[in-house]
Amino acid sequence: MSAKPTAPSPRTARPRTAKSGSADNDRLVGFYRRMLLIRRFEERTARAYTQAHIGGYCHLNLGEEAAIVGLLSSLEPTDYLFTNYREHGYAIDRGIDPNRVMAELYGRSDGVSKGWGGSMHMFDTAHRLLGGYGIVGGQVPVATGAALAIEYRGGREIVMCTMGDGTTNIGAFHESLNLAALGHLPIVYVVINNRLGMGTTVEMSSAEPELFRRGSAYRMAAARVDGLDPEAVAAAAAIAAASARDGEPYLLEVVSERLRGHSVVDPAKYRSEAEVAELRAHDPVPALAERLMREGALTPEQLEQIDREVLAIVEEAAAFADASPSPDVATLFDYTYASPVANAEGRLPGDPLFPAAPRPEDGDR
Amino acid sequence: MAVMTYRQALHDTLRDEMLRDERVFLLGEEIGVFEGSYKITAGLLEQFGPRRVRDTPIAEEGFTGAAIGAAMLGLRPVVEIMTINFSLLALDQIVNHAAKIYGMFGGQVSVPLVIRTPGGGGQQLGATHSQNVELYYAFVPGLKVVAPSTPADARSLLQAAIRDDDPVLFLENLALYNTKGEVPDDLAPGEIGRARITRSGHDLTLIGYSRTAHVAAQVAEQLASSEGLNIEVVDLRSLRPLDRTTLIESVRRTHAAVVLEDDWLTYGIGAEVAATISDGAFDDLDAPVRRVAMAEVPLPYAKGLETAALPSVDDVITAVYQTLDAVGRRHLKVGHD
Ligand SMILES: Cc1ncc(C[n+]2csc(CCOP(=O)(O)OP(=O)(O)O)c2C)c(N)n1
Ligand SMILES: [Mg+2]
Repeated sequence: MSAKPTAPSPRTARPRTAKSGSADNDRLVGFYRRMLLIRRFEERTARAYTQAHIGGYCHLNLGEEAAIVGLLSSLEPTDYLFTNYREHGYAIDRGIDPNRVMAELYGRSDGVSKGWGGSMHMFDTAHRLLGGYGIVGGQVPVATGAALAIEYRGGREIVMCTMGDGTTNIGAFHESLNLAALGHLPIVYVVINNRLGMGTTVEMSSAEPELFRRGSAYRMAAARVDGLDPEAVAAAAAIAAASARDGEPYLLEVVSERLRGHSVVDPAKYRSEAEVAELRAHDPVPALAERLMREGALTPEQLEQIDREVLAIVEEAAAFADASPSPDVATLFDYTYASPVANAEGRLPGDPLFPAAPRPEDGDR
Repeated sequence: MAVMTYRQALHDTLRDEMLRDERVFLLGEEIGVFEGSYKITAGLLEQFGPRRVRDTPIAEEGFTGAAIGAAMLGLRPVVEIMTINFSLLALDQIVNHAAKIYGMFGGQVSVPLVIRTPGGGGQQLGATHSQNVELYYAFVPGLKVVAPSTPADARSLLQAAIRDDDPVLFLENLALYNTKGEVPDDLAPGEIGRARITRSGHDLTLIGYSRTAHVAAQVAEQLASSEGLNIEVVDLRSLRPLDRTTLIESVRRTHAAVVLEDDWLTYGIGAEVAATISDGAFDDLDAPVRRVAMAEVPLPYAKGLETAALPSVDDVITAVYQTLDAVGRRHLKVGHD
């Protein structure tokens, strides 16, 4: 199967079907609740970072909420998810307890990666989130290998591997898509096109800026979807997931927004005020809230109620993280190797290789 | 004479070399519009335009290889790799190509390329973003590797690297960018392959490079005032070639040495330094050469774990004391604590 790539322009959402049925409304309200949780969680994360509870690099999903909930709606609990360093929202929406995600950000022992990974390296086998990767493109070959393992064992699961637009220029992206297409691997590659690497635009960095078209080099089915519309993303992701489940890899480009700087410390001075205003106008979270009110799915009071509930979850996460113990320094050498090995190194920086030989009573120099 | 930051020294030198030589151009991720992840190239796109300050896609292997090719045709590209961790994606081009082309083709073309990249750690960046893998390059014949610790050396060695006909890996450090020092106005290009004794003494030789040269100087200073110790400090400055002569001469005077490194102990830079000393000054040594390095783990994110894994000033002082204890000298000189 090799569906022709389809190319709607980024902002033309597919025609909307009128939502009258309450099942549709419930689904949309569900999306909203999940999106708002990511939004409030990330806002709380930014605050915790300024309060120095969180260190290192910290990249937020603000603007990506609709994309996340749409994408993850297409996955079964047994499917696997690989992401990059901008992944807090993916972790939460995959069903991981926000307490444990926040604890990871705080570097505490109750964190999903026990405090070893931090913001860029969330990992949870139970929810089949297999990382969180900080090296651009690092997850792409690895995810491809996970798909290979599924194919090898003859399972029904699929792999979803998300990445940024800039990541499509890493050599490993091309090597991986080729491998997946040759091997008919059950994987969906998702490019979150927020139109920026750090400050470099897609047009500056990609000779084919319609990134989904890169699939054609590997005869891989591909499509582009408006990442501000959770339903559109969910529909596109469902098609992509079905293809992968049938043993044909798929490339899905999700055109999204990054509401703030590349990371929490980037003031994004390379963006004009007009551009930022435009971004705010497109913000998918308030847009969905307005739509839900307009269509009578939620009253303003109900919206406020959801916000209160979500804020309570987020505040609890921060309190939980704050109360969680830091990992014990005695565990420093616990995770270097999975299997015991003779002569493994376990020295702290100041330790000598060999203890000093007994010294003569008084040195004779 | 001007006092400036390490960052400013790098920036000004890049600018001056570009003004001096039309063949010099810059390429790397986010160096133009974004002005560099660590702002070394701030303003240069504006001054020189996109022909000479080239923003690249995230494609370390591709653009480093392209710089090698441009260098083969006589240009003098200066590549910025955002951090040394990401240079691993370009390892093949650097090791199998940049380092080989001169020798493997019988000396017909050289590769006058500079790769600038910072090491670092200690900022909770996690296992993949906190490595100091300069050793991988210092290991390879055909590459030159310099690791300046001061703004003046940053300037003089960057000048030397850009004017050099061979590929030079120019190691910077995240922790050094904001440090300040004097840079003489008429500074001549430095000499690659030379260490410098930055403090003379006779009790022990403390050896460092890049960030650890500062730690060495700080420890020497501290122990001079607290214990009256007279420690000699050697700043390696060049990791390949390694200035073995300066090391040996120093240890012949001091009879003891401690090496500081920000990489891992086993097979690290310190191992080569220690082996050099035992080869060249065995009879002069009164104690085994000690090395202080990072704990051998993928560096954890959590602050407490990270701190435990990274060498501290106290670790260095302990190693110095233990070395002096081993020779009995501290015992005689200042008594026991
Ligand atoms: C191999 C590698 N090179 C460079 C970096 C530094 N870096 C981190 S994120 C980033 C931009 C990535 O852009 P994109 O793929 O569009 O993802 P986004 O951050 O926009 O989600 C860069 C250059 C890195 N982490 N790894
Ligand atoms: Mg992007």
